[in-house]
Amino acid sequence: MKKTLLILTVVLGCCALFFPSAQAAIKVVACEPEWGALTQELAGDKAKVYVATTALQDPHHIQAKPSLLAAVRTADMLVCTGAELEIGWLPILLRQSGNPAIQPGKPGYFEAAEFVRKLEVPTRLDRADGDVHPSGNPHIQTDPRNFAVIAEALSQRLSEIDPANAADYKARYADFLSRWKTAMARWEKAAAPLRGAAIVVQHKGFPYLEQWLGLNEVATLEPKPGVEPTSGHLSEVLEQLQRQPAKMIVRAAYNDGRSSEWLSERAKIPVVVLPFTVGGDDQAKDLFGLFDDTIALLLKANS
Amino acid sequence: MIKTKTGKAAHERALRLFAMEHGMKKKKLSTLLVGMLLLLWLAPSAWAADSTDLQEIRRQIEEMKKDYESRIHELEARLQKAEEAAGQTPTSTPAPTSTASNGNTADNKNTNTASAAEVVPVAAGAPASTNAFNPDISLILSGTYAHLSQNPNGYQITGFMPGGDIGTGPRSFNLGESELGISANIDPWFYGAFNLSFDSENNASIEEAFLQTTALPAGVKIKAGRFYSGVGYLNEQHSHTWDFVDSPLVYQAFLGSQFHNDGAQLKWLLPTDQFIELGMEAGLGNSFPATDNNSNGVGVFTAFAHTGGDVGDSNSWRAGVSYLHADPQNRTYEAANVANSMVDNAFSGASDLFIGDFVWKWAPNGNGERTNFKLQGEYFYRREAGDLAYDTSGLDHTGNYLSRQSGWYLQGVYQFMPAWRVGLRYDQLYGGTVHYGDNQAYLAPTNYDPHRATLMFDWSPSEFSRIRLQFAQDRSRQNLTDYQVYLQYQMSLGAHGAHIF
Repeated sequence: MKKTLLILTVVLGCCALFFPSAQAAIKVVACEPEWGALTQELAGDKAKVYVATTALQDPHHIQAKPSLLAAVRTADMLVCTGAELEIGWLPILLRQSGNPAIQPGKPGYFEAAEFVRKLEVPTRLDRADGDVHPSGNPHIQTDPRNFAVIAEALSQRLSEIDPANAADYKARYADFLSRWKTAMARWEKAAAPLRGAAIVVQHKGFPYLEQWLGLNEVATLEPKPGVEPTSGHLSEVLEQLQRQPAKMIVRAAYNDGRSSEWLSERAKIPVVVLPFTVGGDDQAKDLFGLFDDTIALLLKANS
Repeated sequence: MIKTKTGKAAHERALRLFAMEHGMKKKKLSTLLVGMLLLLWLAPSAWAADSTDLQEIRRQIEEMKKDYESRIHELEARLQKAEEAAGQTPTSTPAPTSTASNGNTADNKNTNTASAAEVVPVAAGAPASTNAFNPDISLILSGTYAHLSQNPNGYQITGFMPGGDIGTGPRSFNLGESELGISANIDPWFYGAFNLSFDSENNASIEEAFLQTTALPAGVKIKAGRFYSGVGYLNEQHSHTWDFVDSPLVYQAFLGSQFHNDGAQLKWLLPTDQFIELGMEAGLGNSFPATDNNSNGVGVFTAFAHTGGDVGDSNSWRAGVSYLHADPQNRTYEAANVANSMVDNAFSGASDLFIGDFVWKWAPNGNGERTNFKLQGEYFYRREAGDLAYDTSGLDHTGNYLSRQSGWYLQGVYQFMPAWRVGLRYDQLYGGTVHYGDNQAYLAPTNYDPHRATLMFDWSPSEFSRIRLQFAQDRSRQNLTDYQVYLQYQMSLGAHGAHIF
């Protein structure tokens, strides 16, 4: 008995020594595709990026599955949204990974939402209000201005983790920022006709986009955040739309389409399926494509 | 000093927030405010003119002032609340987004650094609260209504030595297990968790109370205290996360429903692209199938390995093998002898259990919001060899004992629309071979293979609540077919539950 224990301990110990964790490129695990894309912009070939979720998955409802555990185990850095978006799964991954480098408080743990001002910070916390996030709405990736702020912080963090390539990160950041600024000016100019447009959203996932473009959210299909649309609530929204018309119904690529289709048919307004993040549709191949496509889709529905 | 600065800073920021909401720059806002104040100051002299127009203007300004003041106050309150919330995690002090709509980055940078300078004293000046470090607290409420066609008292699985906490549960309305969980990081090196369970008879029992290392390198983790063993798939999961009201028959027959133990666990997650986890545990052995032997050694030993991964975006899986060795001494149980009267017996010897487990989960594109499917199964094989003392309170006759028994379950749970799931489970045990040696005159092996079929529907309006209806045809007792109907609720309060795989 004791012998078995001893042998197993020695075997485990030896194995641990034989797997050095030194990597040529730093390994980054991004919780959502937008942070994967941003890291790739800022680090290029200096980082190997693993994206934990796809645009077709709801980042609230991910499970701590084996593939994610394996990825987090060897990561040098974690880039996530924060603001309790990943509260159901990230803490388990962190705890079970046995990787001290990416624990909260360490340079390897990067929460994008820390660096931007959150909207819809609840004044009261009660689950009777649905799936509310105490830190505010976590869907910060729908406003490109947030990326400008986060990119700076992320670039600095990359340099901190991988000082040998700091100059490269700096140069890439400067390059990204100039391209981003140009693109933002283009998007804002193109989106001018959207200012004040009344929209209905499926999930409260777009406050940052609304603030940026001056869209006017008049109703949500979910009766409470994170609660599936009910037929009763949908009829109420329909009734409301007859009094106070809206231009379109906006949902994210990962949302189920049935309730918005139902309402679209009756209210006679189009449904806009926004990519919501990189990979949400064929056009949203990178961050630039994400906003090019978002604006194009909104403009099309608004015309 | 800090305090006044804090107040001022908060006011400043509230004003800025206000300005942002109204799409104007701070300068513009202060000009407006100064203008309003000037008008107010001028108002009394203008009053002399006694013009109704002026009166109207004054009223309007007064209204505007009130309106703006109340909104500034509201914003200040909101800001304070947000800062209090942020105070718990000082790193998450919010930095503003650009107030300029053109997204000028120079502006961004300025506001960013300016606010950082302001924010720091605020965080430092936050009132010291002894509650700020309170751990995560969660509470599970559960209850059942059970309709059982057979008497649940004296439940035993035919041919299997009973142990642990097994059975169908009582009839009618019952408070299930209420579970209080408390957990937090202890310091930079340890995480701690505590789970207290209360049963319907007001007995409290510690389900888990352990510490776990958080800072060991190379994927190594050590857990110590009382915890659910990592053997099998379902063993580590608390009952409120099960897909059925009760645990599979193999768990009841071989692990007394769920194996938890006072001891230590070493786990190592390999640095490979494929998930591979190795673990072993040593413990006192204070739960079935082990016994507390009042010895300095190790009463129970386990070893397990798990692996898993994804197949495309839509499928993920995990599989594992586990081994549990115990040396129970005088493990007492009650059983019927050949004359069909109940006697107390005790087993001493070696118990070796092997488990193979797998789980497969499918969801279209990995998004289980509308539909998803979970297939899970485990196989158990146990060999027990040693001595059996027959009728310890009477005859007390000891003879050799050897048993080889096995079983499995397979279950599938399908979510066919949001919030609604249906599940089917089949349990099978094999009585296998049981040799009673010198006791064969008193005890006879049964030639019976217990089995059970279960159908379940549940509805989860949110991820914090679940209501379940379950039907079962339970043939775990020879010659008794128990038709069971359960209605169950499970509610989760407090800290957000973990999305385990």
